[in-house]
Amino acid sequence: MPEMIEFELNGVLQRVDEDPTTPLLWILRDTLGLTGTKFGCAQGLCGACTVSLDGVTLRSCQLPLSAAQGKAVTTIEGLPSEDPLLRAWTETNVIQCGYCQPGQIMSARSLLDTHPQPSDEQIDVAMQGNICRCGTYPRIRQAIHHAAQIRLEQAETKGEDS
Amino acid sequence: MTITRRSFLIGTGVVGGGLLIGFQLKDEAPFPHTRPESFQPNAWLQITPDGEVIFQLDKAEMGQGVVTSLPTILGEELDFDPQRMRIEMAGVHRGYADPVMRIQITGGSMSVATGWDPLRQAGATARALLIAAAAKTWGVDEAMCRTEDGVVIHKTNGQQLQYGELVATARTLKPPTKVGLKEEEDYRWVGKSLLRTDGVAKCRGQALFGMDVGLDGSLPGLLTAVVVRCPHFGGKVESYSDTTALAFPGVVDIFEIHSGIAVVAHGYWKARKAAEALEVTWDKGPLAGVDSAEIRRRQELELANGEPSDTSGHGDVSKAFAQASEVLEATYAAPLAHHSTLEPQNCTAIIRPDGAEVWAPTQSPSVLRLIFSHYSEVPQEQVEVHTTFMGGAFGRRGHVDFAAELGAIAKQLLGQPVKLIWSREDDLKHDFYRPATLHKLRAARDKNGAFSAWEHKLVSPSFVETIFPNLGAALPTWVPTKMSRAAGSKAKEWIKGVDPTMSDGAHIPYAIPNLEVGVHHFDIGVPKGFWRSVGHSHNAFVVESFIDELAHEAQEDPVTFRLAALKDHPRHRGVLRRAAKKADWGMPPRGRLQGVAVHESFGSVVAEIAEVSISGTDFQVERVVCVVDCGFVINPDLVKQQIEGAVLYGLSAALMDPITIQDGALVQSNFHDAPVLRIHQAPSIEVYLMDSHAPPSGVGEIGLPPIAPAVANALFHVTRQRLRELPLRLAQGSP
Repeated sequence: MPEMIEFELNGVLQRVDEDPTTPLLWILRDTLGLTGTKFGCAQGLCGACTVSLDGVTLRSCQLPLSAAQGKAVTTIEGLPSEDPLLRAWTETNVIQCGYCQPGQIMSARSLLDTHPQPSDEQIDVAMQGNICRCGTYPRIRQAIHHAAQIRLEQAETKGEDS
Repeated sequence: MTITRRSFLIGTGVVGGGLLIGFQLKDEAPFPHTRPESFQPNAWLQITPDGEVIFQLDKAEMGQGVVTSLPTILGEELDFDPQRMRIEMAGVHRGYADPVMRIQITGGSMSVATGWDPLRQAGATARALLIAAAAKTWGVDEAMCRTEDGVVIHKTNGQQLQYGELVATARTLKPPTKVGLKEEEDYRWVGKSLLRTDGVAKCRGQALFGMDVGLDGSLPGLLTAVVVRCPHFGGKVESYSDTTALAFPGVVDIFEIHSGIAVVAHGYWKARKAAEALEVTWDKGPLAGVDSAEIRRRQELELANGEPSDTSGHGDVSKAFAQASEVLEATYAAPLAHHSTLEPQNCTAIIRPDGAEVWAPTQSPSVLRLIFSHYSEVPQEQVEVHTTFMGGAFGRRGHVDFAAELGAIAKQLLGQPVKLIWSREDDLKHDFYRPATLHKLRAARDKNGAFSAWEHKLVSPSFVETIFPNLGAALPTWVPTKMSRAAGSKAKEWIKGVDPTMSDGAHIPYAIPNLEVGVHHFDIGVPKGFWRSVGHSHNAFVVESFIDELAHEAQEDPVTFRLAALKDHPRHRGVLRRAAKKADWGMPPRGRLQGVAVHESFGSVVAEIAEVSISGTDFQVERVVCVVDCGFVINPDLVKQQIEGAVLYGLSAALMDPITIQDGALVQSNFHDAPVLRIHQAPSIEVYLMDSHAPPSGVGEIGLPPIAPAVANALFHVTRQRLRELPLRLAQGSP
């Protein structure tokens, strides 16, 4: 039975009247028209649907809508255009088909929040849940290092400003 | 002469001559997406009066970067920054038919290689017309005009006219019959690593993939369809009950189509939940009871007792073996391989009273239009195809089975937009797999110790048959019977049992005087198709491993041995030498071992050296050095991307657990039991490009063939275990 669920989506309050067992992935795509979160496997195995829920990185294909009640959801569309990860991804020419990349970037974002200067090993651990069939893994490693550097520089600039 | 997939298709007339002629409409439709008052000298290029330069991308952008490389080629000759062009997905038009294959298709690593000449011509012709228009405007000779990035400039007085300002005049001029092309040293964009123009949109989730069509509200009332198919290959519906499923919330309709039961609902989740509630009894079809072991046994029987359908080579192999002082023998095998594009198959359409629109992530838009037309009963000329971005393709999206299904579904839902979505399970269980193949190799040494003969017998189904049905056991259900009968009888004549793609890569370049490749055609009916690098993917594993066995037998270094046997192949020698140097061949870092392979495919040659570390029976590929000779390079970083990608795609199939068949159906269902390579399993990859002035040759697939043998050869050199079957697995008891 449909139920009214309220949550914050990329900073904006959303009300959705849907079956609360529907995975958040399909609410984002079919109900709300946000297509950056991708469908890949529906089993939490590929990471294409990665989103952040109250700061925790999750696979939205495994998350019932009801779990979002009262929480804050961030999708790839919620990243500011000057986000260091977006810049690093573009400058490193990571993208091939691009289908997995929003999910990769959402996972990398969570990695950099916990490890601002990650090692290759930490990258490999954090990014294992995201499949890329085009083979961009080596460039993803490079781009994460690059993004970490951009973040550091931005933080230093901010420090100087204040 | 080596017969390539493309030259074969052309040579037999199968593609160019007649069989696929039905895929082409005879009318002269206008160029797509034409703006009023714009200058459109050819099917790719359009310049609007306000100066917008629009490139119609006729090739499928499936990750390989044609969205950047093809506009670069045209832009260079037009003299307009390709990164400022507006790129549109072209749809179907005769003007985009491959210059040789005559249908609009993306595959065979051909887009840049075959686009190089016509796109340069198209750009240069347009530029000549713009110059002529400026000369006419100023009343001067054309020789007084030059161009610079979108502007025609008067050489002496410095007057300028933007391309857009010249559109009205250029439209009235007759194109010159002959135009000059730029010299390489004058290139401004070609040869540079321009960043991908689709990078930002794809990172931000703004690029339109097939899966995303209509979700922005552009197709109000968009429905979602899923199809429940018989899991057994060639099986069909015996009976079904939809009583429970129909009562599920959001379900619009449930009906049977040629491939199974279609469930249509408001949104994917509702459709999927209802589909799970369907009760279907299947007729398991012709492969009931067949499993992977049975297929192997039948292949072994075929190799032992069957006659090859095609034999090629040179010299006299029988004589050489009769006179041999030593004979080496080995059996190699490669399993089924799945494409697993990360975006599952999908397609969207609406049938209106005046025609249909279809949005599809496809490598074959013209074939798709024909098949959709057949199943929807909308005449081809009333079907407009929009190609979208696609989440990987690797050959899978050359098949249009999903468009056949959608045609049958949309026909029942006139006036309503509907998107067909395959689940991951659908995608894996109903793929067109790289077939499992079995290979018997023999080599002879004469009394002086020189290798005198090489014999390679392989058993494989035909790849080409997949697109020319009625020849093999499996008749893809999406091919209309009438068409397949007509095509089948003609193609049979043309192909005469020979499909060179089966032995692609088996004709070794090494100087062995007597060579024979025997192809045994065996097809049990498991769906098969083009999988990145096709025959090369398994044949390179076999021949580059066996040549390593020969080097070992001769007690020679694998690189030195190859170089000596490649004396008539300077490109092979070039990449091999450079790879050995870049990888410090023979001096790997502590704890690592090296293996090498070199292979020619799609007109290009690639050498790869893999560095592997071992712990017990586990091993990790740590580093791969690739050296590539693919002719003149349009965009070096795009080539590097493709080589990196092909190495990892090949490594995935070489390392991860294989998919298998039981009771005529695929056992595995999703990434948990059909694993693919993940980031922690990916080596670092270095790619070096040879400086070449030869015309561009293939890129998208060429990095794949050498990786499996390079890794297998590395493993041998420390463990002395010769791994002759993919995926590569070390046995207990290695040092």
